[in-house]
Amino acid sequence: MQQEKSSPDTARKKRIALSANSGKKAQKANHSTHPIVQLQNVKRIYTLGENKIYALNGVSFAIKKGDFVTIMGSSGSGKSTLLNMIGCLDLPSSGKVKVNNVDLSKLDDDGLTAIRRNNIGFIFQQFNLIPTLTALENVEIPMIFNGESPARRRKKALAMLKNADLPLEYANHKPNEMSGGQQQRVAIARALANNPPILLADEPTGNLDTKTGHNIMELLKELNAAGTTVIVVTHDPKLEEYAHTTIRIQDGEIIE
Amino acid sequence: MKLTKKLSAILSNNMYAELAKRNLKRQSVRTVLAAIGIIIGVIAISSMGILGNSLKLSVTESFADIGDKLIVSPALGEDYITDKQVDQIRKVSNIESIIPVSTSGEVIEYREGGTTYQSYVSVYDIEKEDLEKLVELEDGRFFKPGSTDCVVGYSVADNMELTLGQKIEIDDTKLRVVGILKERGMGFDISTDSGVFTSSEMYNKLYPDEDEGYDEVIVIVKDLDEIDAVSDEIEERINKKDELVTVFATNMITDSLDDVFRSISLFLMGIGSISLLVAGVSILNVMLMSTMERTKEIGIMKAVGASRKDILKMFLLEALFLGVLASTAGAILTIGGSYLVMELLVKNTSYLFTISSMLYVAEGFFFGIATSLVGGMYPAWKASRMKPLDALRYE
Ligand SMILES: Nc1ncnc2c1ncn2[C@@H]1O[C@H](COP(=O)(O)OP(=O)(O)O)[C@@H](O)[C@H]1O
Ligand SMILES: [Mg+2]
Repeated sequence: MQQEKSSPDTARKKRIALSANSGKKAQKANHSTHPIVQLQNVKRIYTLGENKIYALNGVSFAIKKGDFVTIMGSSGSGKSTLLNMIGCLDLPSSGKVKVNNVDLSKLDDDGLTAIRRNNIGFIFQQFNLIPTLTALENVEIPMIFNGESPARRRKKALAMLKNADLPLEYANHKPNEMSGGQQQRVAIARALANNPPILLADEPTGNLDTKTGHNIMELLKELNAAGTTVIVVTHDPKLEEYAHTTIRIQDGEIIE
Repeated sequence: MKLTKKLSAILSNNMYAELAKRNLKRQSVRTVLAAIGIIIGVIAISSMGILGNSLKLSVTESFADIGDKLIVSPALGEDYITDKQVDQIRKVSNIESIIPVSTSGEVIEYREGGTTYQSYVSVYDIEKEDLEKLVELEDGRFFKPGSTDCVVGYSVADNMELTLGQKIEIDDTKLRVVGILKERGMGFDISTDSGVFTSSEMYNKLYPDEDEGYDEVIVIVKDLDEIDAVSDEIEERINKKDELVTVFATNMITDSLDDVFRSISLFLMGIGSISLLVAGVSILNVMLMSTMERTKEIGIMKAVGASRKDILKMFLLEALFLGVLASTAGAILTIGGSYLVMELLVKNTSYLFTISSMLYVAEGFFFGIATSLVGGMYPAWKASRMKPLDALRYE
């Protein structure tokens, strides 16, 4: 684990203006009475030979727009499975998942792609940057799929990187030339590229040292303050302090 | 110019293109191997095509008068084409010109100092105006009507070392050589290269018994497409009751030559296609491997909003790049290689720079690209169908 060079506790206010309009598109369709994420009796069952594993066993909850939620649970409790459902990376075996009041089970592949592209930003524990591309190009990727023009997406990607507190000289570095914290900042910039209303983070600090982890969480907090709904999955109780709401999960069931 | 600028701008701005380039570079060894496969395939197809085409061109070129002519000759058992028959031919439509020809085989002599040269030739009686339609002068001029001048074919002049102004002898009659013809090669109408052409008056003096008719009539048609119709009409008019003449269309030979060489070219290109098939399999392999290797990347792209179409586009673009690059290299190598081979072996590169040869190069080029695309299709399709989570988890 690497210690981050940049000290991001300063000069934050400016960029808040930039992300303040995130999710405008989604807001139009969604009248504030509806929760932005809603799960109803969601089950996800893996079948391994004779065995059935209930990774999620009837999970129901709702998340308000603009909330900062941590989903807490020990390893193997089903947190990632849960987050993948919301992020349209996986579909439930039964039950209903609604994002922006849209029932995901009613969508085809293109519909799910559109949700992933415009409504969700996903941050992973392993950063998951594309190794052949520079920091800047990694941030451009979601905008390419969104049909943004080269000039606009370049400009926007730079702004996003700045917003995520990546020192500008790293914009043209490949992921393997950056520290873990820097990579996670690039990943956050990428997640925000298409201004999604929802940011999902699966153990975003899991591969970072305590201080860098703290910085990343601070960044997420600010993004939330600017209007983005943030959902963080973690097994680290220390992260609870950042959240407005905490959902606890154990053996695939909500316990509180 | 504007278009290429625009195109290169699109390519340089297009991240799909950028991604494709980088991914090809990333697996450079495998990319090069796949490219070699296509290059060999393209070379095989186009050079086999060129080989077949050059063979055809060299054979057809040795027939000088293939094309727009009909040769009307006496049917078996008939001695001459009569004036009356020529008049009947004149009534047929779509004819450019009618050239009645009288000819006799003859041994001519030429004395130079003490030596006597002898040569077997065909002496022709063709009107000067008509002759001009059939042959070209290498040197000198055509004979004047009524004169004792003559024009000799290229081989006659060459064999007997004749020059302008010299006199040849036919049956003790002396003829002055005023013109020498260009070499023309084999012909169905007249044997130009071994011919001696003189005025009607002279011919009739030499062969007084032969004024009943002509040995053949050359019919030049206005439009090559009408040649069969003209041929039919001539036969209809003259051969109504009895078989008096036979009509031979010189393009018949081209048709059958075309058939023969088309099969040869197809056969040769079939051999070339097999190597492209092998290239296709190797591209399939390269693309499949790189799909596997990049499974996680595909997962990431899907997670950040790539649709199936986007993934498909990226992989196909890669295959297209590979195909275009390798096919271009193959085409250049084919043209360069063929040029060298032709220059060194036959010292004649004219068959290479013909439209038909270049068409074979183009064919190889497009087959190369198509092979690459087909080889890349399945891996691209497979990649696009991956479930995002499964792809993300892949290590
Ligand atoms: N692809 C899979 N096949 C089988 N079992 C799985 C699969 N993914 C997850 N699981 C199981 O589901 C349960 C929950 O996993 P996960 O959601 O990854 O837990 P967490 O993220 O909380 O550590 C675990 O018991 C895990 O073994
Ligand atoms: Mg997990």
